[in-house]
Amino acid sequence: MSDIQLKLWEVFTQKKTGMSFEHAGSVRAADKEMALLNARDVYSRRGEATCIWVVPTECISSSSPEDVASFFEPSDDKIYRHPNFYKTPDGIKQV
Amino acid sequence: MNKNLFEYTLRLGDTSLILSQRLSEWCGHGPMLEEDIALTNIALDLLGQAKAFLSYAGDIENKERGEDDLAFHRDANQFRNLLLTEQPNVDFGFTIIRQLFVSTWQQYLYSELTHSTDKNISALAIKSLKEVNYHLRFASDWTLRLGDGTEESHQRVQNAVNELWNYTGDLFEIDQVDKELLKHGIAADMKKVEESWNKHIKQVLNDATLSIPEINNFMRTGSRKGVHTEHIGFILAEMQFLPRAYPDAKW
Repeated sequence: MSDIQLKLWEVFTQKKTGMSFEHAGSVRAADKEMALLNARDVYSRRGEATCIWVVPTECISSSSPEDVASFFEPSDDKIYRHPNFYKTPDGIKQV
Repeated sequence: MNKNLFEYTLRLGDTSLILSQRLSEWCGHGPMLEEDIALTNIALDLLGQAKAFLSYAGDIENKERGEDDLAFHRDANQFRNLLLTEQPNVDFGFTIIRQLFVSTWQQYLYSELTHSTDKNISALAIKSLKEVNYHLRFASDWTLRLGDGTEESHQRVQNAVNELWNYTGDLFEIDQVDKELLKHGIAADMKKVEESWNKHIKQVLNDATLSIPEINNFMRTGSRKGVHTEHIGFILAEMQFLPRAYPDAKW
């Protein structure tokens, strides 16, 4: 068992063609190919995916907890921003 | 019963079964979580293949023996797995080279068997080939990474190639069973498989800066007749213990 940790990658899986990719988790890997194979082995063992993306974690920039007030709260009290007054047509499965 | 077909199907099933058992020894011991899961995934794929081939062998034999009876109630000299598959894991590099050798063999063998005139064998070959494609990609990638990696990783996989090379002749031995079934278009032409195997292995080893050992062509064979290395007894002792000690055990 080695203490050397390989680079961290984020894994996104798509359940069906056309649907959006969802974050599944992360894996360690030395390169793209290894990351893809590891992601397949760890996150699609029981038919969960039809396509996989892997992205180096260091390439993702995230908002921080301090940003919450300025980023997200302003939208909380503006009901007119929500499309509540539209009716969803019958038969629509994915919105 | 078609004795040759029974024998041939056993060989395919036992090879997958014993390699599956060997790989499952890695469960919980992989060098990292991802590789632990990768190796045991391959083990489960191989177990599925073994189950299908042995179940079919049981049907051919027609003595009411199912896949479990064949897996758990035969002794070493009745097993027909390739000698390579029973060789110990030793280390990760060793496991990878063994996998490379066997997966390459399965890749070309199953490709041939997709055209088998036996409908069951061709169906199982088509299904298994998808799994083997992945195993081979995994093993080839790792061979490259370890061979062309650090001094230590290179040395370890080169040792594995040197040690395991003696067992590669066993992959391509042709006996009466092969000859008879080949006549009827059921079995694969092992000469073709051997040619493709050599080409692919040379390519991968070369890319990985590894060399094929210069040995005086001594090859250890015997799997077709059930002549094994000393390891098979230990594998079976572990694998068969439970169903033999508790014959009626159920989940």
